[in-house]
Amino acid sequence: MNPHDASRAGADSLAVAVRNVTKIFPNGDTPTYALRDVSFEARCGELTMIVGPSGCGKTTLLSVICGTLAIDSGTISVFGHDLGGMSVAEITGFRSKNVGFIFQQFNLIPTLSVMENVSIPLILQGWNYRKAEEKAASILAEVGLGNRLNSFPKQLSGGQQQRVAISRALVHDPKLIICDEPTASLDAKTGLHALELLKKSACRPDRCVIVVTHDSRIFSFADWIAEMEDGRVVRSCPAAEFHHG
Amino acid sequence: MLRIALLMLFRDRAKYVMLVVGLTFCSLLMTQQSSVFCGLMLWTTATVRNIGAKVWVFDAKVEQVNEVIPLREIEVTRVRGVPGVEWAVPLYVGIEQARLSDGSFQNVQLVGLDTATFVGRPMEITKGRIEDLRLPDAVIIDQVGVDKFRKKGITIDIGTTFEINDKTARVVALCHANRSFLGQPYVYTTYDRALQFAKPQRKMMSCVLVEPKPGVAARELAENISAAPGLQAFERDDLFWATIRWYIKNTGIPISFGTVVLMGVIVGIAIAGQTFYLFILDNLRYLAALKAMGARMPILAAMVFLQSFSVGFVGFGLGVGLTSIFGYKVLKIEQPPFFMPWQVPAFVAVIIIMICCFSAAIGLRQIAKLEPAVVFK
Repeated sequence: MNPHDASRAGADSLAVAVRNVTKIFPNGDTPTYALRDVSFEARCGELTMIVGPSGCGKTTLLSVICGTLAIDSGTISVFGHDLGGMSVAEITGFRSKNVGFIFQQFNLIPTLSVMENVSIPLILQGWNYRKAEEKAASILAEVGLGNRLNSFPKQLSGGQQQRVAISRALVHDPKLIICDEPTASLDAKTGLHALELLKKSACRPDRCVIVVTHDSRIFSFADWIAEMEDGRVVRSCPAAEFHHG
Repeated sequence: MLRIALLMLFRDRAKYVMLVVGLTFCSLLMTQQSSVFCGLMLWTTATVRNIGAKVWVFDAKVEQVNEVIPLREIEVTRVRGVPGVEWAVPLYVGIEQARLSDGSFQNVQLVGLDTATFVGRPMEITKGRIEDLRLPDAVIIDQVGVDKFRKKGITIDIGTTFEINDKTARVVALCHANRSFLGQPYVYTTYDRALQFAKPQRKMMSCVLVEPKPGVAARELAENISAAPGLQAFERDDLFWATIRWYIKNTGIPISFGTVVLMGVIVGIAIAGQTFYLFILDNLRYLAALKAMGARMPILAAMVFLQSFSVGFVGFGLGVGLTSIFGYKVLKIEQPPFFMPWQVPAFVAVIIIMICCFSAAIGLRQIAKLEPAVVFK
C-alpha cells in the first residue's frame, strides 16, 4: 500500500492529499479513533472509491476531506488549499464553490421543487433565481428529468431522486464531487444506472470524484480504490489491481 | 436563499397554518383586550370629555372626576379672585334616579350647567335647541338615555316627561354625549335646576369650571388655584390622566385585562415557539445539508428569522385586522367599550416581534449546534 503511488498521474493532477490525519471522537474515558494516521490521495480525472466495512472510518474520511469535520492532527490539502489553515467561514465558502455533494439519503428539500432543489448551490453563490433555475433546468434535462422540473422529491422514484441529487452536485461545476453511499437507498439496477450517470456526467479531467461505498457491485466504476479498515487505509491501488486481489 | 426560506415555510402548509393561527389568536387576544381596556378607561373620563373645560377646581381631597366632594358655592368667588382667571362657573355633577312613567327607575348622570353661559354644554345637540334649557323643568338627554328608555318600552322625544327625585323633568332637546363608565345616561339641565332635582345637602356644588385669561397657561393657572386652601385644580388633560390612573390603581381592571393579555403572550410563545421549533427540527437534516453545501450561519440565521417574522407579520396583521372588524361592529352598539389608539397595535407588534425572536432563537440554537457532517450519518 502506497498512497503516493508513482504509477498515478503527476503531482499537478493531485486533487486531494490527506497526510497522517488522525480523528478522535471523545467517548467518555475511552476515546474512539475514527481515523488513525491516515494518508490518502485522490486525483483529477479519476473516480476514487473509499471502500471498507461499516464503521471503518470511510465517512469520517469523507467528512474531513470536505471540511465538514475538523481533524485532530495531520494535514489535508484540497486543490492546493490547506484546510487546516482556513477558518470555518473560509472552509464553508470553499465548499460552496468547489465541492458538490451527493448524500446517501439524497437530502432533497421536500418542500422545494426539483428545479429549486438543484438551483440551491448556485443561489448560495449569489446567482439570481431566474438564471439559477435556467441552469438547473438545463442540467436536469441532461439527466433526463427535463419533464419533472416542477415535481417535488416525494413524487419521484428513488432513481429519479438520485439523478436530482447528482444534478444538484454538478450544477455549480465544482472541482470535487463527494458521494456518500450513492447506491445505499437504491435497488441494484437503479444503483448501477446512477453510477453510470455519475461516471458519465461527473468525471472530467479537471474534476475529482470521491465515492464512499461498501457496495462491491459498483467497484468496477472506480479508477482507484482505497480500502479502509479500523480507521486506517490498508490498501490503495488502481481498481484493476484491486479486483485481482 | 430568502426566497428558498419562504418557499420552505409556505409549502409546509400544516405548520405554516398552525403558526399563523397561533400568532393571529395571540395578536387578536392582546389587541382586542387592550382595546377594550383602553375603551373602558376612556369611559371613566367621559365627564371630562363631555364638559371640556380647560381647568377644573375641586375639593382638595378629590382624586378623580367621578368621585367628587361637594364644595360651597362661595368657592366660585374665591376662584374668580385668582389672577389669570377669565371666568369661573359652578357645575353640578351627580348620579340621580329618574322614575319613568311606568314606574321603573333609571339612574342618570345629572349635569347642572351655568344658566347664563351653558359652559360644559353637550358637544352635539341632535334634536331641539340648547336655549330651551331655560324653559321650566327643561332637561336635555343623551342618546344613551334614549336607547335605554326605548329598551324599557318608552320613547323619549322632545316633550317627554319623567321624574328626577320626584320632580318633573321635561325633555327639550336630545344630544350626543360620550358614554359614562357605568353607562348612565347624561341628563343636562341648568345648575339651579340641578340643585332642585338633587337631594339637598349642605354643600351642593361639584366643581368650578375655569377659563384662563388669554396668554395664561391652563396648567400654571391650575397650580395657582391649588395654592388656595381647600381647593385643588386640574388642567383638563391632567384630570383625564388622574382619573385613568385612579382606576388603574384602585380597581382590579388592569389585573383582569393584564392577565388575559399575558395569556395571549403565553399562548403565542407556546404555540408559535413550539411549532416553529418543530418546523426547524423537521428541516434540520436539510439545513445541515445546506450547511455542508456552503450556507454560512448568517445566511441560515437570516432564513430562520425571515420565516419567523413572516408568520409573525401575517399573524399580527390578521389579529389586528380581526380586532378592527370587532371594533367596527361594537362601536355601533357601544358595547363593550373599544378604543384602539396606535399604541395598542404598536405594543402588540413589539410582543409579536419578541415572540418571533424567541422562536427564531430556539431554532437557531439547534442550527448553530448542528455539525454539517451529520448529513453523512
